[in-house]
Amino acid sequence: MSTISRRKLITTGLSATAGAGGLAVATRLAQRYGLIPPDGGGLYGPGETLTYAAQRLLTRHSLAREFAPSQISKVPFANEVGPLGGEFRRLQEGAFAGWRLAVDGLVAHPQFFSLGDLKSFPWRSQITLLACEEGWSYIAEWRGVPLSLILNVVGTLSQARYVVYRSIQPDWWESIDMVDALHPQTLVTHGMNGGELPVEFGGPLRLRVPRQLGYKNVKYITSLTVSDSLKGFGKGLGSASPEGGYAWYAGI
Amino acid sequence: MQNVCPIGTISQMADSVWAPTSGAAVRATTVRPRHSAVVRVTHWITTLAFLALLVSGVEILISHPRFYWGETGNVLTPPLFQLPIPASRSTVPTGYGYVLPDQNGWSRYLHFQSAWIAVLTGLLYVVFGLFKGHFRQNLLPARTDLSRKGLSIVIAQHLRFRPASEEEAWSYNVLQRLTYLIVIFILFPLVIWTGMAMSPAIASAIPAAVTVLGGQQSARTIHFFVSVLLVLFLLTHVAMVCLTGFRKRVRAMITGRPATDMERA
Repeated sequence: MSTISRRKLITTGLSATAGAGGLAVATRLAQRYGLIPPDGGGLYGPGETLTYAAQRLLTRHSLAREFAPSQISKVPFANEVGPLGGEFRRLQEGAFAGWRLAVDGLVAHPQFFSLGDLKSFPWRSQITLLACEEGWSYIAEWRGVPLSLILNVVGTLSQARYVVYRSIQPDWWESIDMVDALHPQTLVTHGMNGGELPVEFGGPLRLRVPRQLGYKNVKYITSLTVSDSLKGFGKGLGSASPEGGYAWYAGI
Repeated sequence: MQNVCPIGTISQMADSVWAPTSGAAVRATTVRPRHSAVVRVTHWITTLAFLALLVSGVEILISHPRFYWGETGNVLTPPLFQLPIPASRSTVPTGYGYVLPDQNGWSRYLHFQSAWIAVLTGLLYVVFGLFKGHFRQNLLPARTDLSRKGLSIVIAQHLRFRPASEEEAWSYNVLQRLTYLIVIFILFPLVIWTGMAMSPAIASAIPAAVTVLGGQQSARTIHFFVSVLLVLFLLTHVAMVCLTGFRKRVRAMITGRPATDMERA
């Protein structure tokens, strides 16, 4: 019995050491290949990291499903947002002619784009599904400038790893990694269902990230900041969502 | 270990925490664990993960207790059905005059972390079960038991609440075997599939996983129904454990010690 126990002890010890070593190597590799989300610490860190890493490996280049015009929802729904404030109202009275999108951070040519500038860029139209984490969804046609095109214009530097984007509403900001930022379906959206983007759906400008849930699709965006790290933004968890208890990565 | 010595004392001691004293060594050759160590450990990890999935799943559900069929659905479209419960969002018309607190943040974190634990544990269990013959020996029903006569005998015994026979402490009857096989190979895979089909990123990588089900909202609705079936299984399972001797059965699943060991010893 004692020999068996010793053998068991040794094998258990060896496998525990191998397991811990394997985990350390996996963690290093995950860090190097950017597979750890900014909210990957804490109690739910392991699950978040597994989800983000697995989905990044599986969905790096995959395209969100696009639908037929007949599948566009007759009655799309939008959650209400808080009061938009005087600045928004003032811009709205001017038909958003004064709306500016600032692009800065790790870029060669930081600059402002007016709504008119953005509408003069080549645009892409796509019919995709927007799903809210609450459980409801709708399909709409979205028209906008691919974010990758804007990043090209300003000249993203090679250290870039994330794009942080902010709403005119001060407490709503998000960020995505470069995989999603350079994804062809990630649009700085200014049109919906053949018309202007209505205010309740995020007009005049909304960032559509169709491979992630609704809350990553920030309405009324006013700035994009390219960065190599998310540590300096807010509490360093990547966006306002983890600060409010929601996951940074919302591909699930 | 089990390859070397399938049912002897050695595997017994290696596999279970209740090593018999040396005096019991002779008798111990007949007392292999009721459940192998892998089955016991994966059983309890799955139990914890399932309870966490259930609590967090209900929390997520109450933010929108309406169900739809097809690709899309929201409060402006007619639901397939709506659960008569209050919601945690004011946008959902429930008929209740109040809104429950929003708990979706941690619920979603916990749901996905528990799902990972359940899936990885399930994989370990299935690989073990295939390689060690667990499914073949313990869960696959004998052909004779599957006959109409064999089934009707067991069903009649259940309907008369006849206590389990001595040998049933050592193996599963045909109804148990069929139920476990359905839960392991149909309900769990289906709940995982429909869960993943709700993910917009997974849908982009494997669109057929969503379209085959009829759409993203259909996946959500099926996910709900399969979860209900799993909860019914859990309730039946716990009720049967209580009816046939809670302490004996739970002890067998914790220590591996057979349910009738006390009587035999």
